[in-house]
Amino acid sequence: MVERTVAVPESQQLEASTEGTRTQERYITPPVDIYEMPESLVVTADVPGVSQEDLEIRVDNNVLTIQGRAKHAVTDESTYREYELVNVFRQFELTDTVDQSKISADLKHGVLTLVLPKAEAAKPRQIPVRVS
Amino acid sequence: MAEWNPWTQLEQMRRELDRAIDGFTRRTEPFARVAFLPGRAARQYPMINLHDSGDAIKIEALAPGLDPESLEVSVVRNTLRIAGEKRRLMADIQPEAFHRRERATGKFVRTIELPTEIDANKVSADYTNGLLVITLPKEEQARPKQIAVKVE
Repeated sequence: MVERTVAVPESQQLEASTEGTRTQERYITPPVDIYEMPESLVVTADVPGVSQEDLEIRVDNNVLTIQGRAKHAVTDESTYREYELVNVFRQFELTDTVDQSKISADLKHGVLTLVLPKAEAAKPRQIPVRVS
Repeated sequence: MAEWNPWTQLEQMRRELDRAIDGFTRRTEPFARVAFLPGRAARQYPMINLHDSGDAIKIEALAPGLDPESLEVSVVRNTLRIAGEKRRLMADIQPEAFHRRERATGKFVRTIELPTEIDANKVSADYTNGLLVITLPKEEQARPKQIAVKVE
């Protein structure tokens, strides 16, 4: 899987331009683990503060996009502050080996798990050897 | 005319350096602040935000992917201790199966000294979306009291 670096998502740019005066939103790239299973690729990403409704995962033109709006659980002004929650955005380019119609996503405790099943042609196949 | 004092000069230099460093960290935001990886972050884990509402202190900790079973929150007088573990993914994955490995895992413990005494019996903690929120009601004596001013 190849990662595509896009500074600002296109859809966001469009939104921002209609508002005119607003500055571009800030994004961070969430850290991910990607590992391969015999039948699928699994992507896990840390997305703290992003709820299910605020998380958007889409596949468009072979590009997998993870975009989320992070919200603080305590919305009142902090007296002491060590971090700020920033929206997450990351894109990956998919190859033909992934069956794009069967991608599933699961969000638990601020960790997103995406399972990308491999297309039938890319699955490992055992070829029996005949002894004659 | 003032006398030349090397210590004042030094102090001035130090302040200027501090300002320069301060400016630098501000410019690299948000990246300087959003290291939520245990082990890799050069600071204490988890990072917290603290809110004081007068009657209670609310702490929000940035800790995605924790095992809720491993979470331990305890209060002794004015010291809060948070301990837990961010588990690895399934243990049976071969290292060569990984294409990317950016998330760190591990055990952590952090103690936070609070500015007031806490009513330890009423402390509550809630873990949603990778954020741990701990509500710590203050001890009765520590709460702010309104004192009426009489005008005669």
